[in-house]
Amino acid sequence: MSIVVNGQTQEDATNLSELLHRMGLNGAVVATAVNGQFVSVSNRPDTPLRAGDQVEILAPMQGG
Amino acid sequence: MDLLRLYGQEVGSRLLLGTAQYPSPECLSDAVRAAGSQILTVSLRRESATARSGQQFWNLISSLGCRVLPNTAGCHSVKDAVTTAQLARELFDTTWIKLEVIGDSDTLRPDVFGLVEAARILTEQGFEVFPYTTDDLGVADRLLDAGCQILMPWAAPIGSGRGLSHPYGLRTLRGHFPGVPLIIDAGIGLPSQAAAAMELGYDAVLLNTAVAKAGDPVGMAGAFAKAVAAGRAAYRAGPMEPRDMATPSTPLMGRAEWA
Repeated sequence: MSIVVNGQTQEDATNLSELLHRMGLNGAVVATAVNGQFVSVSNRPDTPLRAGDQVEILAPMQGG
Repeated sequence: MDLLRLYGQEVGSRLLLGTAQYPSPECLSDAVRAAGSQILTVSLRRESATARSGQQFWNLISSLGCRVLPNTAGCHSVKDAVTTAQLARELFDTTWIKLEVIGDSDTLRPDVFGLVEAARILTEQGFEVFPYTTDDLGVADRLLDAGCQILMPWAAPIGSGRGLSHPYGLRTLRGHFPGVPLIIDAGIGLPSQAAAAMELGYDAVLLNTAVAKAGDPVGMAGAFAKAVAAGRAAYRAGPMEPRDMATPSTPLMGRAEWA
């Protein structure tokens, strides 16, 4: 099973919280979405990941 | 004191500044201080587990003590804009959102139909929407009906520096909505153009490229701060009406007769 994180195929994780932990981003200032749907911090542990899921992990960046 | 009131929040500066394209983080910090801006626009982009550039940027912005206005830049659909706004609300801990729904990649013209739809959805979800729009009066009406309490018309395409391309439209918008905060968003290239917008009665100016891409961004930020303040002061002082014909300013009474 593989999932797509920020456009790159990644190793699997059972849920969103675990994925962030594996990436070293668990305590980072990031916001997340799965398959185009916003997932809040509190809902990450309860958001399972399945093969083919598209995960977006976004952080603050410069903007105009 | 002449404060700017936006969704119940009062700020002293009428110059909102973007945070992109500066030569260095230090230059960005110095430019913000020179501009005296109290509201900075920010964005969201993919974070890398290794680079973690977003964390570094966030530390910098936090140190400046300004309110942030996240944008939905790059969104071409209502769905993308709404989802981005939802992520931004959690990430930046604010209900403010600078709503951009782009309709055309060459001009970055707003998709005003999508903009109104997204504004309505986000307002219903508790957002306080700053819509990047045109000077179209009908669209402005729809945005206000959708719950927006602020309008942000473009002066010219984003990053073009062309100035006030349609002064009549901007003046008309000001006249139709005297009680609505109006912020010029995009297209300003020179301090004189910012001053002209403020002289029309606009409440504030939002710009980025004109400062960030200047030869001396910090110097240009200071120049814009003075121009915005001057334009605001001129508007409040009541500019004279232009005339077609000359009127002598020196009194004719008592003029010498030279035979």
